[in-house]
Amino acid sequence: MNEDANEADQITGANILINSLVAEDVKFLFGYPGGAVLHIYDALFQQNKVQHILVRHEQGATHAADGYARATGKPGVALVTSGPGATNAITGIATAYMDSIPMIVITGQVSSALIGNDAFQEVDSIGISRPCVKHNFLVKDVNELATTIKKAFYIATTGRPGPVIIDIPKDITAHKAVFEYPETIQMRSYKPVLNGHMGQIRRAAELILSAKRPVIYTGGGVIMANASKELIEFTRLLGFPITQTLMGLGSYPANDPLFIGMLGMHGAYETNTAMHQADVLIAIGARFDDRVTGDLEQFCPNTKIIHIDIDPASISKTVTVDIPIVGTVDRVLTALINIIKETDKKPDANALAAWWQQIKTWKQEKKSLAYNRNSDRIKPQFVIEKLSELTKGEIFVTSDVGQHQMFVAQFYQFLQPRRWINSGGLGTMGFGLPAAMGVQLAYPDDTVVCVTGEASIQMCIQELSTCKQFDLPIKIINLNNGYMGMVRQWQEMFYENRCSHSYVDSLPDFMRLAESYGHVGMKVEKPSDVEAALKEALAIKDKLVFMDIIIDPTENVYPMVAAGKSHNEMVLRPEGELA
Amino acid sequence: MRHTISLLLENESGALSRVAGLFSARGYNIESLTVAATEDPTVSRMTLVTRGSDHIIEQITKQLNKLVDVIKLIDLTEGVHIERELMLVKINVPTSNQREEVKRLVDIFRGKIIDVNHNYTVELTGTSKKLNAFIKALENMKILEVVRSGILGIGRGDINLHL
Ligand SMILES: Cc1ncc(C[n+]2csc(CCOP(=O)(O)OP(=O)(O)O)c2C)c(N)n1
Ligand SMILES: [Mg+2]
Repeated sequence: MNEDANEADQITGANILINSLVAEDVKFLFGYPGGAVLHIYDALFQQNKVQHILVRHEQGATHAADGYARATGKPGVALVTSGPGATNAITGIATAYMDSIPMIVITGQVSSALIGNDAFQEVDSIGISRPCVKHNFLVKDVNELATTIKKAFYIATTGRPGPVIIDIPKDITAHKAVFEYPETIQMRSYKPVLNGHMGQIRRAAELILSAKRPVIYTGGGVIMANASKELIEFTRLLGFPITQTLMGLGSYPANDPLFIGMLGMHGAYETNTAMHQADVLIAIGARFDDRVTGDLEQFCPNTKIIHIDIDPASISKTVTVDIPIVGTVDRVLTALINIIKETDKKPDANALAAWWQQIKTWKQEKKSLAYNRNSDRIKPQFVIEKLSELTKGEIFVTSDVGQHQMFVAQFYQFLQPRRWINSGGLGTMGFGLPAAMGVQLAYPDDTVVCVTGEASIQMCIQELSTCKQFDLPIKIINLNNGYMGMVRQWQEMFYENRCSHSYVDSLPDFMRLAESYGHVGMKVEKPSDVEAALKEALAIKDKLVFMDIIIDPTENVYPMVAAGKSHNEMVLRPEGELA
Repeated sequence: MRHTISLLLENESGALSRVAGLFSARGYNIESLTVAATEDPTVSRMTLVTRGSDHIIEQITKQLNKLVDVIKLIDLTEGVHIERELMLVKINVPTSNQREEVKRLVDIFRGKIIDVNHNYTVELTGTSKKLNAFIKALENMKILEVVRSGILGIGRGDINLHL
């Protein structure tokens, strides 16, 4: 930038920041003020292009930005102050990092001259965040600010997406420079691969067409790449069974006959068994996470594996694959579809029919997702099933972490991508409500439901206040079992029922708590009231409704592949429980 | 197996800690690491010596490549290459016998004595093996200090790592 430029053409770093956000088409800035960012807040006060959403805790800001990004595909942006503001944001940054979510977090920093002095509210934000960001920048000169922001957005949103932090010392936000926002950016050290290797793609097509017991296994990468359309075409062209990870749900419609459900720790019996017996596995935008694979030694023991992923480092990280293809999922799938359409070779119809028959038999024999429908306690599965029915799989559902999260994954039929918003990789309790705020702001006219538990919701409950301030009519479904249910389940199964500190005592009256924040509270205690209550809550379009649903405290998630066990060692629901 | 990996990275303040952080976070070991700017002051060159199975080395090179600051990388061990290390050794030499002995060894190893008083400081370059052999040869002497640079590597002939 021109140093001799006319003083009058120069604006402050704070204004450069805001102008850059406008240039990036940022609509919402989720933030919380403090000393190091006061210049920025002053500049925010004097503009109306970017809407600032004042959260009640910086963790909420990062989760809200994250939820916005997951639902829209655009990067979410958060602004926090130095020191405690930055450390509070770390959980949300790590959450986004583990699930490859594009996010920009602007952290204030003490003035340049004070850095390293243990100044008031100084923390090494760059150092603390390094292991859980895609990249981070400390801005040292106001003349570099705009270019740095451009780079940050470029890095966050391309390749395998992820959070990027921009740490801005306070003095930089006061210094002046001419604002010029680069249109494009080139970085010699960062050039993501887009197109898959054609030789590898041809080899993959050949293997795919020779498969007798194939399974398509897809993850969050399909959603990140907006490749749902290609995935649907690819799957239907072949007629292969398709399973998805917790992060992949929605990118293939759950009501389609080719969909065989979620796999992994709480995947259906027939799904995990199909994985175990597959001869060809087509992994697409998935990363062979331990919650998916179980025991690596016994994972897909006699299977040839094709792996399509944008990140070379994801390939053969935990499971060695036979045909790796690095590229964006949409481009690689399009290339595969074209090759398969052009060749004369067809999938082996007889083998495929037998394979489908086998999968159906497993499903009917085990009915591994069945639960007791005659209980006089409310079953969480029933609530989610009803929700799915009433909303036709069309709403946005966020969740926290625990049994309730797994029940949504198992029982809500997602028909579209970007509708199921949950923390898969980091498993962050407290994610659900703030994430729902980001989603609701992006889609003000859509229904956004947050399914949570009485333990998780208390980790970011303060955001009920934000929801009031910004009129966010989120529907909170609190599946209240009075336990950290998922923890209790492990303690029952692996610690001889010693439920060490997993009860949630001294709970607030959630209905009145919600009301005190200015929302609508509801309490539901009988199975026969569930449907009407859900209808009533969903019909309230202009208010947040907190539904405290008292569920069976003993209910567990089945089936289960215990940590470190193999897909063929699933624990099924004890028969007695089904009566 | 032992691998020598050479990297070109942006000469920026955080770059070194990103590489070091990657190794500690993922539990890879580093035997030595050297880094300095190249003829282009915006680019640093790093030589990194690590150990691991083929699987681990593959992950290390992929993870390094994934770092935004890393421009290019080569696993020198995959081709013919040269490795050199620089060592400075300060030896206590109170008797003339010992001084003679050190001079003789320095000759044999083609080193240089670069500081002389009641101690000798020897400068020696070569492969790590050669440097180890020199230390071994000094077995009966009183070594006061050993300073080693860590390994520098370069490919032979047309095996180049440049922008
Ligand atoms: C921040 C955080 N702390 C601890 C955990 C470990 N953890 C996983 S599930 C769970 C219990 C969640 O309880 P609740 O929200 O009531 O859900 P439930 O399992 O009962 O449906 C805990 C403590 C976590 N995932 N995140
Ligand atoms: Mg609970």
